[in-house]
Amino acid sequence: MTSKTKTKTKTKTNTSPNKDDYLRMYTQMVRIRTFEDNANQLYLAGKMQGLTHMYSGEEAVAVGICEALTDNDRITSTHRGHGHCVAKGANYKQMFCELLGKQEGYCRGKGGSMHIADQSHGNLGANAIVGGSMGIATGSALRAKLLGQDDVTVCFFGDGATAQGLLYEVMNMAALWNLPVIYACENNGYSEYTKTEEIAAGSITARAEAFGIEAFSIDGQDVLGVNELSKKLVARCRNNEGPFFVELMTYRYHGHHVGDINREYYRSKKEEADWKENRDPIIRFRGWLVEQGIATEEEIEALNEQIKQDAKEAVAYAEAAAYPDVAEVDMHVYAETDPATLQAGH
Amino acid sequence: MREITLSQAVNEALAEEMRRDPTTFILGEDVAEAGTPFKVLSGLVEEFGTERVIDTPISEPGFVGLAVGAALTGARPIVDLMFGDFIYLVMDQLCNQAAKQQYMSGGKLSVPMVLRTNLGATRRSGAQHSQSLQVLVAHIPGLKVALPSSAYEAKGLMKTAIRDNNPVVIIEDKLMYQDKAPVPEEEYLIPFGEANIKREGSDITLIGTSSMVQVAEEAARILEAEGISAEVIDPRTIVPLDEDTLLKSVRKTSRAIVIDEGHQNYGITGEIASRLNEKAFYYLDAPVLRMGAMDVPVPFSPVLEDLTVPTPERVAENARRLCAGEMIHAA
Repeated sequence: MTSKTKTKTKTKTNTSPNKDDYLRMYTQMVRIRTFEDNANQLYLAGKMQGLTHMYSGEEAVAVGICEALTDNDRITSTHRGHGHCVAKGANYKQMFCELLGKQEGYCRGKGGSMHIADQSHGNLGANAIVGGSMGIATGSALRAKLLGQDDVTVCFFGDGATAQGLLYEVMNMAALWNLPVIYACENNGYSEYTKTEEIAAGSITARAEAFGIEAFSIDGQDVLGVNELSKKLVARCRNNEGPFFVELMTYRYHGHHVGDINREYYRSKKEEADWKENRDPIIRFRGWLVEQGIATEEEIEALNEQIKQDAKEAVAYAEAAAYPDVAEVDMHVYAETDPATLQAGH
Repeated sequence: MREITLSQAVNEALAEEMRRDPTTFILGEDVAEAGTPFKVLSGLVEEFGTERVIDTPISEPGFVGLAVGAALTGARPIVDLMFGDFIYLVMDQLCNQAAKQQYMSGGKLSVPMVLRTNLGATRRSGAQHSQSLQVLVAHIPGLKVALPSSAYEAKGLMKTAIRDNNPVVIIEDKLMYQDKAPVPEEEYLIPFGEANIKREGSDITLIGTSSMVQVAEEAARILEAEGISAEVIDPRTIVPLDEDTLLKSVRKTSRAIVIDEGHQNYGITGEIASRLNEKAFYYLDAPVLRMGAMDVPVPFSPVLEDLTVPTPERVAENARRLCAGEMIHAA
């Protein structure tokens, strides 16, 4: 495939953040944390069924990256996907409805926690196959390039997914063809119930570099740092300089899934406490906002309170919402095709 | 009417649809200048360029995944999978990703992609290049599966597959690429889910897929000489399956043999036979018989390989015995 020049570049992504941007990033991080606290409660209270995986602790990654994107830019997400969904612009009500299997959910209750997709904001969906969406993200970038569109696709995946061969197949093609895709590896230190160092030989970024892909390893708890790099890489992708690879060092506060309570056999309580107390992305950013005079403690408390209230209302709304009609069980297996397009001459 | 090969028919279908829709493109191993090992795509890269006829590395899960992502976001990729045997390599992307997006998203995401590949033994290619794996994909809700039986069918079905808003797997018999058939110059499409009655008959129905349609037709000619009238039906698409046409025929003839080149155990033939038994039981004079490939990996040695696939003689023999009132069952 020959290379193709971009027809359009976005200008917004290169401007420095202002007060509104900072507060929006803070709000989005708290919205993720609050969403997860409520989802956890719903699960522990037996109101939510199935499997769910909390994003708490990793908020700066999703927000730092998604704040650098427009609604037209695509993301693919993981089985730990609520954070990406919120960060990409989804609303609480439809998200909680989806988690509870209600008809008003983003997927009419057919996706659930691990398959939530909000395509109206460019979120192509969570994916319950570890590493399953790397092809999709790269294919989205291929489509952008072939059709001369200037959107960028971010592929979120965890350190555990770096053991999947698909990543290396698609990075090879993305690099050969200069695709506008950013591989965002959320390295939270654990591949399900196993330490990353036990599953990943060598350096993760070196794997991308082997394909000639420019790779970065950064602090995933620093939302401003993540956002700053993301804006640069998004702009460079639009300028036909992709793909890129970013390893974001982060931490998941909960276990692999919400039922993973007794986890001392693979990580210590001391380690968990250290991340929560000393490296929490929200506490850290909040301190910075106050220190810089962007917001007062009171304003931040009011913001937090408002988000809690929003979540409470959304949960109540979702609990009261209707389940899908049973007639929907065999709907949406196949997409409709306009019969007119299947006629000769059309 | 002019006659062209199945290979030329597929090539024409792809070219016509690529001219019609700028969002279509082809992705696969050696599809551009090489035109694939079977040369089916020869010449397309000259017209459409390497932007739309894209040679990939040997990374089947990778490029099928790319097709899923491109289809999800507004393009219509056509993936060329060099051998049907490689379906095993791409099962996650095809069955977990492509097939499920529409349902998991509650109807909001769709994957309008085509995966074209092939089937068929008796090319002396050994066990890893000779399989007929249509049942693997037919089993998965969300995928459509077409099995063309001639150049005419191949062109019309391919054009429909490309315009369909779902992932479609279209599997050609690699022994048939050079087979010629009358194909109109003017555009036509073959709708999915409409079986083709290839030959009318009154004593027994022979349902064949892909190259087994030819086997059934040849068996029908043998039987005709003996005074047995066989009806031959090609379902064309096994998903969706035109059950009505098959049932109507069986209710008329009261006997049926289903022939497919996939392994017989748990195969396409079992599915179709079971539906006929369930829905036309009181019209049947004998249980519906299945004939598939033997349940062995396909051997290399010509004398062994030829034994594994249903032949017109064996179909005719089974039909003869069924029509004589013998109780026979699948091997």
